[in-house]
Amino acid sequence: MNASDLTAFPAESVMHVSSNGKAVKNKLSMVVFSGDMDKVMAALIIATGAAASGMEVTMFFTFWGLKVIEKPGQLTGKGWMGRMMGVMNRGGLDAIGPSRLNMGGMGRWMFKKMMKEKGVASLPEFYETAVDLGVKMMPCQMSLDVMEFDAKNFQANVTSPVGVATFLEEAAESKVTLFI
Amino acid sequence: MTDVTNAKILDLKGLLCPMPVVKMAKAIKEVEPGQTIEALATDPGVMADIPAWCRTTGNELVSLEKLDKQYRFVVRRTK
Repeated sequence: MNASDLTAFPAESVMHVSSNGKAVKNKLSMVVFSGDMDKVMAALIIATGAAASGMEVTMFFTFWGLKVIEKPGQLTGKGWMGRMMGVMNRGGLDAIGPSRLNMGGMGRWMFKKMMKEKGVASLPEFYETAVDLGVKMMPCQMSLDVMEFDAKNFQANVTSPVGVATFLEEAAESKVTLFI
Repeated sequence: MTDVTNAKILDLKGLLCPMPVVKMAKAIKEVEPGQTIEALATDPGVMADIPAWCRTTGNELVSLEKLDKQYRFVVRRTK
């Protein structure tokens, strides 16, 4: 392959304008709704890849996605239902299972083993890389309340909880938006 | 063969997506504009991803070649 063919198309130089009249930045805003290992892996790979390509990256964690930013081994919940959910659905990147074929944790174990054999980084490694590259992570206040989580259970890099307006402000100035 | 006498050597062997690109992003900050990075990788994905990364970041792809079971590429930091 000839290198000059590959550099023939320079990075996009056209300036776009968002709905609120502000200039669109070279930025990626992502909603992480899923707490499934496979989908979270996709989200973290895209986030780290984008940050490595010079994009500003914001991840908004909501609903099951909050499990991703929880410190491992936390017991959450206030009422009996919330506590039960906390016991049945432990947080942290090592505790979440794949969206299919989890089979009570066996799938998670198999995926981890297969990823390791192929030399793919682990979820905690992807997470660390994302933090390293300056990816901004925001938890959703409303789902945090519904699921009876506490912001003090989240990882240190996570911002204070925010609402939909904050995410939309981030999204409106982003070139790329994703929902995972 | 491009002259890359002063290239920084980067070993990306055994790494899979997105790590080659992540390591490139870190390495490019460690060289001066005009300097080059010469990297060896085993992930076939770099054939598409390194050119794409160069287009996105504006760095210059000097060369990219498939060796026996490896991929060798040279990138010059532009700014």
